[in-house]
Amino acid sequence: MNTTLRDQERRTGWWLLTPALLLLLLVYAYPIARSFGLSLVTQNLGTELQPVFAGLDNYSRMALDGRFWQTIGNTVFFTVVSVILELLLGLGIALVLNQAFPSRGAVRTIALLPWALPTALIATTWTWIFNDQFGVWNDILLRLGLIQTGVNWLGDPNWAMWTVIAADVWKTTPFIAILLLAGLQSIPPDLYEAHALDGATRWQSFYRITLPLLLPQILIAGLFRFAQAFGVFDLVQVMTGGGPGGATETVSLYIYATIMRYLDFGYGAALVVVTFVILSLAVALATWGLARLRAVRAIGEPR
Amino acid sequence: MAKLELRNLNKTYTPRVVPLKELSLNVENGEFLTLLGPSGCGKSTTLRLIAGLEQPTRGEVRIGDRNVTHQPPGQRNIAMVFQSYALYPHMTVYENIASGLKLRRMASAEIQQRIGEVSQFLGLGELMQRKPGQLSGGQRQRVALARALVRRPDVFLLDEPLSNLDALLREQVRAELKQIFAAQPTPVVYVTHDQTEAMTLSTRVAVLNDGFLQQLDSPKRIYVRPANRFVASFIGSPQMNLLHLKCEGGFAQLGRCKLPLPSQVTVPPEVIFGIRPEHVRLVRPEDQQVLQGRVVLVENLGMSDLLTVQVEGTQGTLLRALLPPDQSWSGKQISLALPPEALHWFDVQTGDRLPDALP
Repeated sequence: MNTTLRDQERRTGWWLLTPALLLLLLVYAYPIARSFGLSLVTQNLGTELQPVFAGLDNYSRMALDGRFWQTIGNTVFFTVVSVILELLLGLGIALVLNQAFPSRGAVRTIALLPWALPTALIATTWTWIFNDQFGVWNDILLRLGLIQTGVNWLGDPNWAMWTVIAADVWKTTPFIAILLLAGLQSIPPDLYEAHALDGATRWQSFYRITLPLLLPQILIAGLFRFAQAFGVFDLVQVMTGGGPGGATETVSLYIYATIMRYLDFGYGAALVVVTFVILSLAVALATWGLARLRAVRAIGEPR
Repeated sequence: MAKLELRNLNKTYTPRVVPLKELSLNVENGEFLTLLGPSGCGKSTTLRLIAGLEQPTRGEVRIGDRNVTHQPPGQRNIAMVFQSYALYPHMTVYENIASGLKLRRMASAEIQQRIGEVSQFLGLGELMQRKPGQLSGGQRQRVALARALVRRPDVFLLDEPLSNLDALLREQVRAELKQIFAAQPTPVVYVTHDQTEAMTLSTRVAVLNDGFLQQLDSPKRIYVRPANRFVASFIGSPQMNLLHLKCEGGFAQLGRCKLPLPSQVTVPPEVIFGIRPEHVRLVRPEDQQVLQGRVVLVENLGMSDLLTVQVEGTQGTLLRALLPPDQSWSGKQISLALPPEALHWFDVQTGDRLPDALP
């Protein structure tokens, strides 16, 4: 009978899915649920680390927590600026790498190297680059006569965030470039030839062929980087530790301090929950946009 | 509308890679010229040189009085239909067709009017707001054609536009193409490796091989009087019989059959003899020269039978004959006639056609 065969297949399907589902439940669902639960209690040194149910107290406290809002602001600024810079530079590099030139393969591999290096290492190196006495950045600017005395980049609240952004851009631009390069290579060259015969200049081809056809990759890369940048921790922790005076403190650094240093588990969990919700919303929005784009476009190669 | 002229075109990539060695030809107004040849013969390179997608190493491309050799593709006022159609996947059919006009800053009223005409002509009316991904192969093909036609260019280029269609659709579109381009006065250059397309569509055919022009003639003359051995073997299906024969006293010897050589020729010791399978027929009472043979293979092609015959009095020389069903034979033995007016003769060394009396 058909139905029994189908039932059997369905049962096999569930068995095959079970390991993955279990893993997801343990690794994702449980910690998330636990954080939600924890965010509803007060559990800190004041309660001698015993959980005391507090309802939404942690959330109302957050609303009045100036440090929380500052870290959110820092995180958003870091995320937006670094992702935009990385997309622009990444696109430029991808366009260059997409051209035919000698030893292109080797250059492509080398270009990906910064992304493969450990973040802590990169952060340390950039800390030295921006060092006020021995840093090469000050040296260059001094030699060019752009500044008269060395600037303490990492110690200046106005500049510290930019040093962190510079390091992040250096590290992750190659990743975006490779992602966009893959997208560029999937565009058939005869589209450009047809467009050239239609009378288009290279700029017009870039705007009307390259950018629209690359939009899915740009969105995916942007989404990826957004999620990563919003949770940035290691780079900032090593370079500035959130300083000076909280000028580079991001949400994840604040959460880390709240839980690990102040041992305020309940409030820390509430911070985690809010960050999680913000990120989820952003990702959902981007995914929805991407799906809509695909549906509207119905991308199909005319082959 | 202006004639297209190619002067001594050459494209050299490296000393070993020379897809086009030397080509000069003219395409007049309203002419449909087909570049025909096997892959690697230089036909696609020629088309790309005309379009300006590649620069020639030597030579000139002229449209009317203009030397366009060093102009970018967009300034040559040429429209091209690509083998892949190269439709912009993110644009609607309307935007695809309008692209070339918009880039030339044509007024939108005129764009609309032109697209209206073309879409009506090609029956694209309902597809205007679709994306290429939502079209069938034949529809995409027509959009690509519309995108070229709407431009009203000085020259049309078509690069194997039928090769991505299935066999049935291909015949239909082939007939449509013929009507479309017969109705307009612009030179057309069409590239194909399919001789049927070349024969049916063209006013003239340029047969290319190995980067050189082999013959430039009307389809009929290319079939009736191939200029050399390559053209003879490339044009016609089933392929022409080409046999290496010894000559003696004005005759070539095929088995026991003496075939008269054309009278203008100083008799060479050896010659390449050619006859198309469809010109071989069963012997009739009035025939003087009769070729005896043994049938080794019969292939039924539906409208005719293709026979492979081993010629008697030779060491395994095979001759293929295409016999219509009303000509019947029995048994293994067969007597064939080779009509004198259907014989072709080629030089053994050069492969060139030997001069003959036929016009």
